[in-house]
Amino acid sequence: MLKIENLHVRVDDKPILKGISLDIRPGEVHAIMGPNGSGKSTLSHVLAGRAGYEVTDGTVSYLGRNLLEMKPEERAREGVFLAFQYPVEIAGVSNIYLLKAALNAIRKHRGLSEVDAMDFLKLVKEKIKAVNLDEQFLYRGVNEGFSGGEKKRNEILQMAVLEPSLCILDETDSGLDIDALKLVADGVNALRSADRSFILVTHYQRLLNYIKPDQVHVLAHGRIMKSGDASLALELEKKGYGWVDQLTSAGA
Amino acid sequence: MSAAQHYVEHYRELASKLPGEHLPWLRRLREEAQSRFSASGFPSPREEEWKYTNVATLEKKLFVPTVGAPAGATDTNALARLRLEGAWLLVFVDGVYSAEHSVTANLPEGVIATSLANALEQYPDLIEGLLNQVVPEVAHGFIAFTTAYFRDGAFVHIPAGKVLDRPLQVIHFSTRPDGLSVTRNLVALEQNAEASLVETYAGIGDSSYLTASVTEISVGENAGFDHYKLQSETAKSYHFGGIYAREARSARLRQHHLAFGGLLARTEIHAQLGHAAECELDGLFLATGRRHLDTQTLIHHRAPCGTSRETYRGIAGDRARGVFAGRIVVHPEAQKTDAEMSNRNLLLSEDAEIDSKPQLEIHADDVKCAHGVTVGQLDPEAIFYLESRGVDEPTARNMLTFAFANEMVEKIRLSSLKRLVQSELLSFLPQSDIRKDWL
Repeated sequence: MLKIENLHVRVDDKPILKGISLDIRPGEVHAIMGPNGSGKSTLSHVLAGRAGYEVTDGTVSYLGRNLLEMKPEERAREGVFLAFQYPVEIAGVSNIYLLKAALNAIRKHRGLSEVDAMDFLKLVKEKIKAVNLDEQFLYRGVNEGFSGGEKKRNEILQMAVLEPSLCILDETDSGLDIDALKLVADGVNALRSADRSFILVTHYQRLLNYIKPDQVHVLAHGRIMKSGDASLALELEKKGYGWVDQLTSAGA
Repeated sequence: MSAAQHYVEHYRELASKLPGEHLPWLRRLREEAQSRFSASGFPSPREEEWKYTNVATLEKKLFVPTVGAPAGATDTNALARLRLEGAWLLVFVDGVYSAEHSVTANLPEGVIATSLANALEQYPDLIEGLLNQVVPEVAHGFIAFTTAYFRDGAFVHIPAGKVLDRPLQVIHFSTRPDGLSVTRNLVALEQNAEASLVETYAGIGDSSYLTASVTEISVGENAGFDHYKLQSETAKSYHFGGIYAREARSARLRQHHLAFGGLLARTEIHAQLGHAAECELDGLFLATGRRHLDTQTLIHHRAPCGTSRETYRGIAGDRARGVFAGRIVVHPEAQKTDAEMSNRNLLLSEDAEIDSKPQLEIHADDVKCAHGVTVGQLDPEAIFYLESRGVDEPTARNMLTFAFANEMVEKIRLSSLKRLVQSELLSFLPQSDIRKDWL
C-alpha cells in the first residue's frame, strides 16, 4: 500500500524528518506515536501533499506510484485521506456540498458517473447517523461553529463517505472526551478491511485501547526510534517519552 | 470639442422629441440641468468623491443617444433569462420603454407601474411633485446629464396602505453598439404601503455602450420598500447609476446592490432617514478581468431615532479594481441614532486592487455608531483542506470565492432573484468555465 524509504523533509531550511522508513501493507493499522515536535504532523502533511515542505531525500511509493509527484487533489482522488488535527472552518460552503464535490471528484477520476442525488443523500444520512451527528450539520458551513469533537466526527463522516484506501488520522483523538473518542474509534473500526490501511498519528496511547494497531512506531527528533506491536504503546505509556530519549542516547 | 459640447449639440435637435417637452416646468428643469452639465461636464478625479474612478474615457468615447426611435428587435432569450417569475415587469430597451416585453396586467387598483414618458402624459402633476426632489442638492455632471437628457424610465407609485404581494421588476437592456441610454426612474410609496422592486441592468454582445440611470425613491410614513439592483452589464460597457432615497417617519428601506458587470461602473446609493426610520444597505461586487467597479453609499441621519445597517462585500480578481466608499452623516438633530457599517473585501490576485473608504461624521452626542473594514485573501488552509478532499485548486478557489459572496446573496428575500443572482455570480467568477460540482 504505502512504502516510505529514508524520507528527509525540511521546513524553512530546518530538517524535521531525518530518514523515515515505513512499510504499510493493505489492511494494516500503524500507529505513530511521539512527543510534540517529533515530526508526527509533518509526516501526515507531507503524505497529504501540503505546500511548504521540502523533501530533500527519500521516496514514498503509494500503490506502486510515486506519491510525492502527485498533487494533493490527485492523492485524494487516488484514495489518500487525511483527517486533520485542526479541521478548517469554511463559511458559506455547506458540508453536504463539499461531500458531494469530493465524492464526485473521486468518481470522475475513476471514470464513474456522478453520484445520483437520491442515492447520495441516502448514503450520507446513513453515515452521519454512525458518527452521531444531527442531519442539520449537513446543511451548515463546513465545520462552521462546530465544537472540537463535532469537527473530528465530521472528518470521520467524510472518511466514511469517501471510502479511501489509505486513511491518515492526524491526532484525531486530541481534545476528545471518552464518548467522542469511542465514536471516532467505531468509525475507524467499521472501515477496517483487507484492502484499506490506516496511519494513526497520536500523542497518547488512549485511542489504541479502542483501535488495535498492527504496528506501533515511536517517532522522536525526526526519526523512528523503535517499532513493535501493540504492546509497545502500553510500554511507552508506562515509561513516558523520556524513555525514548534514553533510547536515543543508547543508540547513539 | 468636449464630450459635454458633443452631447449638448446632439440633443439640440433632439430636445423637442424628449418626453414631457410640452411641460414648461420640465423644460425649465432640463434647461437648467443642461447648463450645469455643459459647464461641469462629467466628473473628474479632482472631485474628492471621484478620486478613485476616472471617467476620462468618456471624454474621448462619444455615444449615440436613443431618441424618438422605438425599441429595435431584442434578443428575447437574453431577456427571458433575466425575468423573475411572477413579477410585474417594465422593460426598457436602449433606454426606451418596450410595451411588448413588459407585463403590467392585473396590477392592484390604484398602483401605477408604467414608463415615465407615459406617466408624463397621464399624471404630469404627480410627476412634477416627485421628479428631482430626492437627488443630491449639489448634483454632479452625471446627475445633471440624466435630468437634461432622460429619454424614459420607470414610474412606480403605490398608494397609501397598498401592499404588493408580487415583486416589480425593471429590466434595462442595452442592444446597440456605441449606444447611450439615459433614464430616470421614479418610485414613490405613500404611507403604510409596501412593495419590492428589482432593477436589472444588462446588455448583449460585446459592444461598448453607456448607461446613465438615476432612480429616485420616496418612502412614505411607515411604508416599507425593498429595492434590489443587479448590475450585469456587458464586459465593455460603461455604467453610471444613482439611487437616491428619502424615508419619511418610521419608514423602512432595504436596498441590496449586486454588481458584477461593466468595464467601468459606478453606483451611488444615498438614503435620508426621517424620524425612527430604518435603513438596511447591503451590497456585493465581484470585479474580474479589467473591470472597475465603484460603489458609493451615503446615509444621512437627519432626524432622531433612526437605525441604519450597512453590510458590503467586495471581491476583485485578475487586474480588476473595486472601490467602496461608505459615508454616514449623523446630523445634530439626529439623537439616538444607531448606525453600523461593515465592509469586508477579498483580493483574488496580486494585480487586483480594492480601495475602501468608510467615513463616519457624527454631529450628535447621544448616538451608537460603529464601522469595520477588512481586506484579505483566500485562506491557504481552506484551499488545502478542499484539495485534500479531491477538489482541484481553481475549483477550490472558486468555491471559497462563491462562498464569500454567497453570504450576501443569501440576504436576498426573493427566491427567484436569489437564483438569478447566483447564476450571474457563477458566470462572472474567474475561470467560470470550470465545473461547478459543488452546486
